Amino acid sequence: MKANCWVAPNKLAVEDVPDPQILNPRDAVVRVTSSAICGSDLHLLDGFIPAMKRGDILGHEFMGEIVELGQGARDGLRVGDRVVVGFPIACGDCFSCQRGLYSACENSNPNAAIAEVAMGHSPGGIFGYSHLLGGYAGGQAEYVRVPYVDVGAVKIEDDLPDEKVLFLGDVLPTGYMAAELCEIKPGDVVAIWGAGPVGQFAAVSAYLLGAGQVIVIDRYPYRLRMARDKVGAETINYEESDVLDTLREMTAGRGPDACIDAVGMEGHHASAALQAYDRAKQAMKAESDRPHALREAILSCRNGGTISAVGSYGGFIDKFPMGSLMNRSLTMRSGQAHVQRFMRPLLERIRKGEIDPSFIITHTMGIDDAPLGYDIFKNKQDECMKVVLKA
Amino acid sequence: MGLRSVTEGLGIERAAQDGRSEGLARVLGWFSLGLGITTLAATPRVSRLCGVDDSRTAQIVLRAAGIRELGHAAALLVPRHAGPAAWTRVAGDVMDLAAAGRAMRNRRDVRRRRLTYTVAALAGITAIDLYASLRATRGRRMTGANRAYGSITVNRRPEEAYQFWHDFENLPRFMYHLQAVRVTGDRRSVWTAKAPAGRSVQWEAEIVEDRPNQLISWRSVDGAKVPNCGRVRFMPAPANQGTEIRVELEYSVPGRILGNAVARAFGENPQQQICDDLRRFKQVIETGEITRSDGTPEGTSVHAQTHQRPARPLATTRTA
Repeated sequence: MKANCWVAPNKLAVEDVPDPQILNPRDAVVRVTSSAICGSDLHLLDGFIPAMKRGDILGHEFMGEIVELGQGARDGLRVGDRVVVGFPIACGDCFSCQRGLYSACENSNPNAAIAEVAMGHSPGGIFGYSHLLGGYAGGQAEYVRVPYVDVGAVKIEDDLPDEKVLFLGDVLPTGYMAAELCEIKPGDVVAIWGAGPVGQFAAVSAYLLGAGQVIVIDRYPYRLRMARDKVGAETINYEESDVLDTLREMTAGRGPDACIDAVGMEGHHASAALQAYDRAKQAMKAESDRPHALREAILSCRNGGTISAVGSYGGFIDKFPMGSLMNRSLTMRSGQAHVQRFMRPLLERIRKGEIDPSFIITHTMGIDDAPLGYDIFKNKQDECMKVVLKA
Repeated sequence: MGLRSVTEGLGIERAAQDGRSEGLARVLGWFSLGLGITTLAATPRVSRLCGVDDSRTAQIVLRAAGIRELGHAAALLVPRHAGPAAWTRVAGDVMDLAAAGRAMRNRRDVRRRRLTYTVAALAGITAIDLYASLRATRGRRMTGANRAYGSITVNRRPEEAYQFWHDFENLPRFMYHLQAVRVTGDRRSVWTAKAPAGRSVQWEAEIVEDRPNQLISWRSVDGAKVPNCGRVRFMPAPANQGTEIRVELEYSVPGRILGNAVARAFGENPQQQICDDLRRFKQVIETGEITRSDGTPEGTSVHAQTHQRPARPLATTRTA
């Protein structure tokens, strides 16, 4: 089969690889009909996630049809079912899974010992996301093996097109969880750093959960325009205006009730000098992640407010404003999305027409063009927001 | 509560440090330091005392020995576990004895008498060094290689975990070094473990203590090629949120060659292996299967983690 493989930093190739097989009783093999390139895939492309190997298949946002099913799958799934698969691999049986913390599954990372060295304890495995997180082949391919399919896959029974349900696998639940972590009360002001797909969905979700005002911060005019036109959010271009001052002004000095970091480890700073400082430290391995958005989110938030960090971080950050967080009674919440917890309720909202996630799609191409898709997405060419790959 | 108090509370003897051999190594280290400095600072007086003050070569040899003593001192005083470094002193003693023996051949009278005292003193020191070295090495082998301890929390009730473990025939599912366990009687079973070069080691084991839902301990019966014993404890996790499992394994090392083979049969590093075993035990009892990925198709093990395959399907068929 064809698959989009990681070769080296900034180098991908569509290669011919063996078809996946059932390895365990609760596995399925899914024929992929659509997959997407996620912003977090760019961290892999750029080489900021350790433990990648030449030939690793990428992709953790995908859907398709079950073509083979292990004997032990529990959930009444059948060969031929159309399913969306969540990006975290979760067993459903461990302490974490049973508390709904699916992305922190205690069993799904067979390489837990490596992750423990870096993180103290290991999170769960993720499709196509390094050997630190399991060494699982991803879904930017014609076929993919899905472990614990009875927990990770949700069946799509309506004739909803792929474009409407594909994002149930990652960016929609991630955006939704970002908003849910804020414990929004009616009328709250929510500021969101990053107007990519997760930021857009976080804004949609914040309104659904009762926010009175949503402010989205980015530097690309086309992304901010989407947040205004499609979501109804207000926007700040951080290259044009000072974010702290603007947020203070918009909230008459108090600051937003909740701040969402939907940027993560490769943030940019409006000041070239500060950007260069973190970039240099990252290059010298003195810090692994560039936390501009997180720093600004903490400083901007009102006293007693909540920081929700869902942008991907891999390792260690520098100049963390702990004094601001502590002295002003902020709450910080975080996590890789516990997708399995949100897939069914969000599918319900899509069905009812409360959300139509397809508005973020700007590019659709064949799997053969995946490396080109990464290039367009990374360089924000052609007003790229989301690339969908068709098998 | 630290690891120490937990293990002591369970009656698990910690891999004990042999305090006395470590102490002796330190004393020898300070002795080396003193001897080295004295030799270098007062070479003429030391050479007269040893009866070799008549030769320029001997002075050079003596200075070289002084510098070497400083090396011993560093090896014995700097590392945290210095015991085995006493072997460097034994090697030095052999050199000194050889040099002194050679010097004795062409000296007479006072010098010869002084050299005799020197050789006698050297022989005494050699004996002490040899004792310290042997003790340190043996102590290390006893504590490091043949005892392993591990713990894990599983999301199952103690009864379930106990029952799963109590059926010894389940063990090879998650203990990869075991090929098979066959229950032969009420308390007896026959265990087969992998050994190097595709061979296997077999022994018979009996249950020593069996407290339902709490503890199982077993040991190999007399005559086993690999005398060994093990114990597993099941305790409810705080607030009954699962079960804490603690395992200790012990096996004796009958001889150096066989001992190495046995050590390999139990895995390159028994301590690491028990941790891998427990992770797989958790996977099996919680999810019903061993977690496999394309990078780690054979399931969790430290070996697999350091020898990752690319995250893409294997060409060959593997069954669950």
